[in-house]
Parts: sequence; structure tokens; C-alpha cells
Amino acid sequence: MAKIAAIPMILTALCVFVGGTLWTVVYSFTSSKLLPKAKWVGLDQYERLWNTNRWIVSIENLMIYGICSLVFSLVIGFVLAALLDQKIRFENTFRTIILYPFALSFIVTGLVWQWILNPDFGVQNIVRSLGWASFEFDPLYNQDIVIYGILIAGLWQGTGLIMVLMLAGLRGIDQEIWKAARVDGIPTWKTYIFIVIPMMRPVFITTLVLIASGIVRVFDLVVAQTSGGPGIASEVPAKYVYDTMFLRQNLAQGFAASTMMLLAVAIVIIPWAYLEFGSRKRD
Amino acid sequence: MTEAIAGFEGAHGPKPRRTFSRRNIFLYGTLIMVALYYMLPLYVMIVTSLKGMPEIRLGNIFAPPVEITFEPWVKAWAEACTGLNCDGLSRGFWNSVRITIPSVIVSIAIASVNGYALANWRFKGANVFFTILIFGAFIPYQVMLYPIVILLREIGLYGTLWGLVIVHSIFGMPILTLLFRNYFTSLPEELFKAARVDGAGFWGIYFQIMLPMSLPIFVVAMILQVTGIWNDFLFGVVYTKPDIYPMTVQLNNIVNSVQGVKEYNVNMAATILTGLVPLVIYFVSGRLFVRGIAAGAVKG
Amino acid sequence: MSGNGVTSVEIKNLDLSFGAVDVLKGLNLSVNEGEFLVLLGSSGCGKSTLLNCIAGLLDVTGGQVFIKGRNVTWAEPSERGIGMVFQSYALYPQMSVEGNMSFGLKNARVPKTEIKERVARAADILQIEPLLKRKPSALSGGQRQRVAIGRALVRDVDVFLFDEPLSNLDAKLRADLRVELKQLHDRLDNTMIYVTHDQVEAMTLADRIAIMKDGIIQQLASPGEIYSRPANLYVADFIGSPAMNLQQGKVENGRFLAGEISIPLDSYSFEREAKGEVWFGIRPEHVLVGEEAAGADFELTVKAEVVEPLGSDTLVLTSVNGKRFWLRISGQSKVASGDSLHAGVNAADASLFDAGDEERL
Repeated sequence: MAKIAAIPMILTALCVFVGGTLWTVVYSFTSSKLLPKAKWVGLDQYERLWNTNRWIVSIENLMIYGICSLVFSLVIGFVLAALLDQKIRFENTFRTIILYPFALSFIVTGLVWQWILNPDFGVQNIVRSLGWASFEFDPLYNQDIVIYGILIAGLWQGTGLIMVLMLAGLRGIDQEIWKAARVDGIPTWKTYIFIVIPMMRPVFITTLVLIASGIVRVFDLVVAQTSGGPGIASEVPAKYVYDTMFLRQNLAQGFAASTMMLLAVAIVIIPWAYLEFGSRKRD
Repeated sequence: MTEAIAGFEGAHGPKPRRTFSRRNIFLYGTLIMVALYYMLPLYVMIVTSLKGMPEIRLGNIFAPPVEITFEPWVKAWAEACTGLNCDGLSRGFWNSVRITIPSVIVSIAIASVNGYALANWRFKGANVFFTILIFGAFIPYQVMLYPIVILLREIGLYGTLWGLVIVHSIFGMPILTLLFRNYFTSLPEELFKAARVDGAGFWGIYFQIMLPMSLPIFVVAMILQVTGIWNDFLFGVVYTKPDIYPMTVQLNNIVNSVQGVKEYNVNMAATILTGLVPLVIYFVSGRLFVRGIAAGAVKG
Repeated sequence: MSGNGVTSVEIKNLDLSFGAVDVLKGLNLSVNEGEFLVLLGSSGCGKSTLLNCIAGLLDVTGGQVFIKGRNVTWAEPSERGIGMVFQSYALYPQMSVEGNMSFGLKNARVPKTEIKERVARAADILQIEPLLKRKPSALSGGQRQRVAIGRALVRDVDVFLFDEPLSNLDAKLRADLRVELKQLHDRLDNTMIYVTHDQVEAMTLADRIAIMKDGIIQQLASPGEIYSRPANLYVADFIGSPAMNLQQGKVENGRFLAGEISIPLDSYSFEREAKGEVWFGIRPEHVLVGEEAAGADFELTVKAEVVEPLGSDTLVLTSVNGKRFWLRISGQSKVASGDSLHAGVNAADASLFDAGDEERL
């Protein structure tokens, strides 16, 4: 009976997750255009992919966005969690405020920040009207910094989650460790750096994996905020795949691009899974 | 024992602390600044949506409205154009409701049974499927987008509401199954054993023992799913046709449509309307929301 | 009582409340130099709270704390000249044993050579030299607790505070470490304040025991005194396993009367006059059985209901006046349930308490 009840799970695991992934990988070696066709062309799609400027820009953007968002959300998330952990008043209020953007969709997030960063009405306009006439801050209309405009929105949406996870990690630290450090006369900041952060390694690793797998998926935020523009300056891989498959009817090219995304995720996930499950067995 | 002490010499009682110590100023100062920064976009949205267009063109996006008008809200709800039609976001709202309700019910029903089967029955191969499922949570959606198009087309549900329900159930499965599995594992196993000794079967135990004990986790799962499905954009745009586009897709079409004059106040009203459902859930559910994302995230 | 009478830790009129809950109320206590004081009580009695106040880990609500004559009420824990050992060991998991022991000293800018000497000395005393390079995760519970003691030891302090240090260990290890702690105290001669809920630990380790309940010290005395002359009904009932046999009755014409029993109290040394209702208590091992019972102040016959042989001795459950009445007899004696036993009670071995204020009479 249990097996029958689990049929949806078994089907999902086998047909969609394993089957679908394999199918995509296999068909990335074909020349499918509007419809999937088993006409093999070897690595042609990958060659074309890496010769496409749009894809290269996507990858560059993803790297910049990824590294910045990893560093900033970990640092900001941890610092905010540490501040909230100081037995402060109104902890719940602060937490509620910092976490609420996480409840909003990327579409909403993207549109709000599109408005705030609008050079004619938003931040730039206001600073200028305060007297600094040459002030320039128009990330969404400047090819060179557009990805940072998206980063600002992404961090606003996601840091709250990291903070909550870090706070849970901090709360999980044995209170007696803090007491021992106080008896030893170790200042708070040193206790954080030399004792607490090393103890929170597992939390940092899971958070890292979580952020990383979120970064690869960035799609709606870009669609809403910039639609990939100006030009192709804020394209990202997820959008490249979607556009290629559904707008340009170039299926196999999309499959090749998504296989590359899968590869990137595997590079992050497999070592992590190995560490996680490997160490569990040893314990 | 010491004699009663007449007068205290020197330090006694609590250590004197100043409310405005340098530490407190730094601590609360930083937190208040951060909180203001996080509140800013919500504030800007609300303020903008209450202004008329002339006021927006002249003024400052942070300034409160001089003249409050609800016209943008009415327009966003009932008149805004998406390029295809001009009946506002209300269509998207009802589409999202029609998508979210069955998706939440189906996905939770499936995942709770999965979690129960995994936690209590441990059939052969269960762990293999479960591991695949968990790893599946990390596979970029893009990889599985097209195969699912084919699957849905085969069973004749591509482009329909029920097709999207299936998609949400599939992609919600890893985290929800994990959530339920962990919860059922945490319940005392003796309970399950006692029920088996009493002759209860798979469904009997599920409905009579497990369900009544699991209300909180069902609420957590519901919060997780309602917000997640309501906020979805990718699946909505890939697997549905324009007449059943969910609210997020329609919102994006309204705001980012190229034709016509940009009406920022209407756009912001529409944006708030779309964010309203998850925001209300978030502020009402409070701790449960945090529990949901923490459970889903830390172990996922 | 060991020590030379100099006060090491003195607590004056200490109050502590968390919001509206008063945990400690006007508590006074002075601990002598070199004394081993145990704070004993059930959970929630305030014993750990008191220790944390002494350590400076909790801000007191009222009153003062002196250590070695210095008023440390407002001092930071690290400035108080104390070392502390915790129940969960609280070792820094990412540092080696050596790192754990030297981290505080490094931070206090103690010269490197001195740190080395102190760590070596502590390691020698605790016999943990082979473990110095290991991480805490590679140590057993007993070893971890030794390292935790070492971390307190290197601080070269006058007062050691122990917060239930043995509760996380299994029974055998607990007994071993108890002996080691006692030896350590004999060797170092420092003042030690030790919190526990385990009466065996308290009885074996302490020079004096302070029994706490609801934030108030019920009795502060040597283990022997607490055992034989409990100050009130709570202490009498709390110490000893099985607990003291208690019977409620009244004192009339120099006799204790309760149902079927009537005990002459001529040999009992009263601290104050008995009036009206009283509790009469006698420890199971003070009830004489068989031939020994002959000639006791009061003799009675009881029926063994349950026999619990413990090896070294045997516990026998009987009842008197419908209340449980335990006897402790030699492990050699052969008693089966259902047997009738001749028992005797001497008033000199008993404790009497007023039924009203529950204080010793």
C-alpha cells in the first residue's frame, strides 16, 4: 500500500527529475528547432553556445551577480543576525521588517526597484534636486552597472532569509560557550570570530548551497526589472534558455544552455552532498 | 551566617547601565537604518500608487501624496491593459486564485502521503526515490521545462489550468515531502506501532492518527505553498495560455508593455495588489512563516 | 571544617528577579577560604542562578558580592578571579585542548612562556598531557570535563565554580571524577563552589552543603549535620534515599502519639518546646530490627510488604499507621515479603518538626 501511495513520488523522481534531465541532456546533441528531433549533431550546439555573445554576457553577469550576492548576503545576513542576537528590544519587529521582502515575488521586487532606480523620478532625480546636479546613478540604463542594479533588488529580497537562518544558527550555539568566553575575558567580537563562526560552519555551508542554487535560477527578477536590457547587458543564463526555447524556437540550443546550467549546479552540489553525507556516515 | 548588613558600602544592586550607551546607540541606530531601508520600497509603492500622474511627474518619489487619489487602484484592478485586453489585474487575480487553491491542495495531499510513507512504512527503495527527489530540488528548472511540456502535451493538459496544477505539485514535492517526512519522523513511533497492533492499515493510520496530530505542519506547508505558487512566474508563463495567466505574469505584462504612456501610479497600485496576498499571509502567520522557510531551507 | 576562617566569597542580601519572578530573595552566604561548598537543591531552586551571580554572568537585582574582600558586584566575570566549569563542558570545539586552555590567557596578553608553563602544569595535574593536541570532538566525556577543569585551572584563580559538572557523564565515570575532584581540592586547597542536584555528590564532596529551595537557603551545614540534624521538614525529606520515615502526630506528656505508636521522647534533645501537631521522622537505617530492637524506646511489629535486596544492604517496605515505613537492614539478613519483623525506634536518633512552620524542634 505504501508503495502505491508513493506512486506520484516515484513517477516524479523517475520520469521528471531523472528522465527529464537525461532527455534534455540527450537532445542537446541534436539539431532540434521548433520540435525535438533526434538528428544528431554532436557538440555543435555547445560550440555555437560558447560563440554566442549573448550567452557569454549571461555567464559574466551570473558570475558577478553570484559572487557579489554570495558575499554580501552572507556578510549582511550574519551581521544583522548577530545584531538581533544581542538581546534587543523589538527583536520581532526588526525581524519582521527585514524578512518581509522575502514573501514578495521577484516580479514585484523587480518592478519596485525599477521604479526606485528610475533616473528621471527615483534616487538619481532626488539627489540632483538636492543640489548635486551632476550626480549619476542610473544602473538600469547603464550597460556597465546594470547587473548591480539587479543585485540591489536581489539582496533586498533575499537577505532576510539568510539573516533568519543565521539567527537560528546563533541561537543553536550552547549558551555556556558564551559564558565560558566571558569568564575567560574574551571580547564579544573575538568570541564571534574565533569561536562562534567556526562553530557555525554547517549553517554557513547550507546557506551557501541555498544561495548558490538560487543564483542559478535568477530569471523573473531580470525579466521584471530590465527585460535583459539595456540591449543584452543584463541577460542571465536562465533567461537565455527560456528565450531560446520558447521565443526563438531553437530548442536544442536551449537544451545545451540548460545542460551547462545543470553542470554548474552539479559542481556546487556534489562536493557539498559528499561532505554532508560522507561525514554523517563517519560519525 | 552574616549579620544583617546595615549600610551598603560601594557597589551594590544591578550594574548601572545607561540607556544611551555608545553600544546601544550603535546597535539600535544600525537596526533602525536597516529597517528603514527595508521599508522604503513598500513605502514608495504605497505613496506612488496614491498620487496622480501630474504630481508624480513634478515631484519626488519619496514625498507623501499631496492629494490622495484611489483612481490608480481602480484602474489597476479593472482597466489596465496588458496588450491583449484591457480589463485590469482582476482577471489575473482570479486566475491566480483558481491556480493556487487546487495546486496547494493537491501538492500538500501528495507530499503529506509521501512523507508519511517515507517516515513510517519505509518500503524497499524508498530512500533511493527520496534522495533523487531531494537532489531534484537543486536541478535548475530550465533543464526540466521542455520535457514537462512534452509530458503535459501527451496527457492533453498542456496550456490548461490542471497542467499547471500538476507542475506545481511536482516542483513543490521535494521540499514538502521533506517537511512532512521530518515531521512524521519526529512523532513517537510507538504511536504508529500501537495503531498497527490494533489492526489499522495504511490509510486508517494516516487519516485517524497522523492527520489529527499534524495540523501545525499542514499550516506551515500551506503558507509555504500559497506564497510560493502565488509568486510563481516561470511556470505560469511557460505552461499556461494568456487567458489563464496568473497575476504575476499579467502584472509584468501591464508594467512592462511598451505601448502607451507609462502610468507609474497604476503600475505601483498593480504591484501592491499582486504582492498583497503573500504579504497578508506573512504578517498574519508570523512565526509559522519563519518556521516554514527555515524547515524548507536548512534541510533542503 | 577545612580552611582557616578567612572569608573567600561573601554574598550580602542578594536579590535576583527575572521580571516579576523572584529567583533569589535576600540571600546571605559566606564561604571560607579553601572551603568546598556545595549548593544542593532540586531544579528551579535557584542554585545555578546563585552561582551565575557569583560568576558575574547574571546582573544582580539587589545586594552585593565580595570575593576575597573585594566588592565585585559590578565587575566583569573575567575580573573576579574565578574559574568556571560548565555542565556541557563548553569547550571551544574548533580549538585543540591546548588552544582551549590558553585562549583566555593569550587574550589577557600573558607572556607566551608563562602560558606554556601554566598549561603544562594544569595538564600535569589533570593528567591530560597526551591529549593536548587533540580537538574536543576526539575526547571522551570524562576527558572533556578534565579539559574544562584545566581551562579554569590555568587562570590561576582563587575560586572555582562548578555548575553541575558531572551530570552529563554516566554513573561510573561520575563516581571516578568525583574522587578526582576531591583529590584536586585537597591538592590545590582553593575555594570551590559546586552546584549539583545529586545528593551523593554533595555528601561526598562538600565541607559544607547549602540546601536551597525557592531561592532561599534552607540549611547550611556539614554533610553529617545535615544528615543527622536536618533543620526543617524539607531538608529531612530531601536528603536520604529512601527518604526519612515521617509520621504526623502530637506530643503529649513527653510522648509522641500517632495512631498505633507512642514513643517516649526523654532521650530526644529539643531545640525548642514542642506544641500541638508535630512530625516525627526517623531514617530507615535508624530503625532497629530483630534482636537489636529489644530495649528500644518504642517497639513494634511490622509486616514486610516489599523486599528490595541491594546487595550491601536490603530495603524493606512496611507500613505504620497506613503510611509507608522503610527499614534498611543488613544485606545478609533473609527476609521475605509477608514476614513479620520486630522493630524498635530510639527517640535519640529521630528528628522532630513543628507541623506548622516545619522547623526542627
